[in-house]
Amino acid sequence: MCSYIVMKAALRDSSAKGSKGWMSVDTANVYYDHPFHAPLDHALGIDFINEAAGGRERVAVELSAESARELIKQIEAALANGEREHAIAVAANNTPVANCEYLT
Amino acid sequence: MAYEGLQTETAKFRGHNGDMSEGYFARPARSGKVGGIVVIHGAGGWDEWVCEVARKFAHHGFAAISPNFYVRFGEGSPDDVAARARPTGGASDAEVMGDVLGAAAFLRAQANVNGKIGVIGFCSGGRATYMAACTIPNLQAAVDCWGGSVVVNDPATLTAKRPVAPIDLSANITAPMLGLFGNDDMNPSRADVDKIEATLKRLGKSYEFHRYDGAGHNFLNYNGPGYRLQQAQDGWKRVMAFYGKHLSDPSGTR
Repeated sequence: MCSYIVMKAALRDSSAKGSKGWMSVDTANVYYDHPFHAPLDHALGIDFINEAAGGRERVAVELSAESARELIKQIEAALANGEREHAIAVAANNTPVANCEYLT
Repeated sequence: MAYEGLQTETAKFRGHNGDMSEGYFARPARSGKVGGIVVIHGAGGWDEWVCEVARKFAHHGFAAISPNFYVRFGEGSPDDVAARARPTGGASDAEVMGDVLGAAAFLRAQANVNGKIGVIGFCSGGRATYMAACTIPNLQAAVDCWGGSVVVNDPATLTAKRPVAPIDLSANITAPMLGLFGNDDMNPSRADVDKIEATLKRLGKSYEFHRYDGAGHNFLNYNGPGYRLQQAQDGWKRVMAFYGKHLSDPSGTR
């Protein structure tokens, strides 16, 4: 809507890979506006940047609203799965020898 | 018929606060004085299409400059520069108006420009066009293409960079105005355009609005899904006729 409304997510210990390789990122600028490339009138844009380093480089996505909502669901699912598996491993004393037996 | 030969370049000029600015400048190669047009880009920035618009005007016999209103956000591809500008709120009204004024002065200083200057803008550039018509003296024509937020329905959306609703400055308009709007647009909505039209009518301003069914935002721009062929054909015809009427030099070819 040409509103310049941007939601800023603070990121910690995070990285993104762009055309120049990996970089640390500390901010995700999130907005819903006219996209540059996606074939839509409006799209959900996310720019991953390192604001502390000046924010000149970015890793960008433009998603349809439906795709953005699907992504949110799968991010939540991936986090839930990953954290559950991690918790099981910790509960089992996270025995690396047993887990890595096939390597020996 | 013969097509216009064109000359184009990226030109430097002084803008707001004396800052060095730049613009894509296109004009007919032939001799003779022509009208000048300042092309104002939207929030998406100084992209390829807005420079194509400048070339289109040159092709139709005008001298046009498309300034980079994001010049203060550094170098880079248009989308990356726009992404840098967005979280800061973009260019301020003061910067944009100062740069339009500088671009108009640049055009008037050209030997082949007849001194008559029009402005045109798209999306938030349409809003800037409306504001230019309200605040910059000695403009001869203004074309607002679906300028959003000319009407501010929620005062909480006003910011330090855009502190006033352009519609509130309408009494100052001196240039005739052409407006192109899609009836499916959400900003400006039909109600917004009704309000703008009623304001211009009440104030006795010279205006000509064309409101298209089957079109929303950005219907002249063939790079996006909003493009509508028939509405765009009619819209460009209206724009060229409007500028031909108001920027032509009785002693020249344009």
